Amino acid sequence: MARIMADRRRNPDLDREIDDSLKRAFDKLASEPVPDRFTALLDRLRASGPVPRDAASSDGGAGDE
Amino acid sequence: MSDPREELVEHLGPMRAFAMSLCRNSATADDLVQEALIKAWSNIDSFEPGSNMRAWLFTILRNTYYSLHRKRKREVEDVDGSYAAALSEKPSHDGRLALHDFTQAFNRLNDEQREALVLVGAGGFTYEEAAETCGVAVGTIKSRVNRARARLSELMGLEEGESVDLTDKVTSGVVTNMPAV
Repeated sequence: MARIMADRRRNPDLDREIDDSLKRAFDKLASEPVPDRFTALLDRLRASGPVPRDAASSDGGAGDE
Repeated sequence: MSDPREELVEHLGPMRAFAMSLCRNSATADDLVQEALIKAWSNIDSFEPGSNMRAWLFTILRNTYYSLHRKRKREVEDVDGSYAAALSEKPSHDGRLALHDFTQAFNRLNDEQREALVLVGAGGFTYEEAAETCGVAVGTIKSRVNRARARLSELMGLEEGESVDLTDKVTSGVVTNMPAV
């Protein structure tokens, strides 16, 4: 699949427009208020010391690495 | 020195945005963020103080995504299919064609191209940071970003001089893979 298409096609304005659009979307999502479940999770983690990996353990938790 | 775990909260927003671009489904994305957050908290010793925490977190997020994605492949594909169907039924409004075309095109990028483009084009990562996050060479990331842009343009049938004409609403819809309301 060593295409040369990517090298041949050059339209910096279009590339910038794609990037800018994605960046606006990314920034908008990133600045949304964080759902309470995450601050609650951090509170639980902070309170409980060493953490059981409850999210991963329900399906065995193996094979993550 | 302060506990680096106290900085995790500052990165939750970008983590959610990156997760949504990987999953293209907000519920799955938040599950992914939760799991990555637990891993990050539990493995904070592997974070090198003073280094780029966002890149470290995105690496965890990404590894978690690929681990889950392999387990849930069928489920994820169902989500994508129903979204495409919902889009095509959406009533006419300004930008509908752009939304449809751009969403379709974005969804047809492979995972590698999409994450490279999101990291570099949207997330403000350098090529070097993106390469480290994805565990590949810098040249590979550059190539993936270029191919992602080229493929998007090709799929949308855009040629030199044409405008993408994307609104914020449209591109949010693209990244989250949720219908823009």
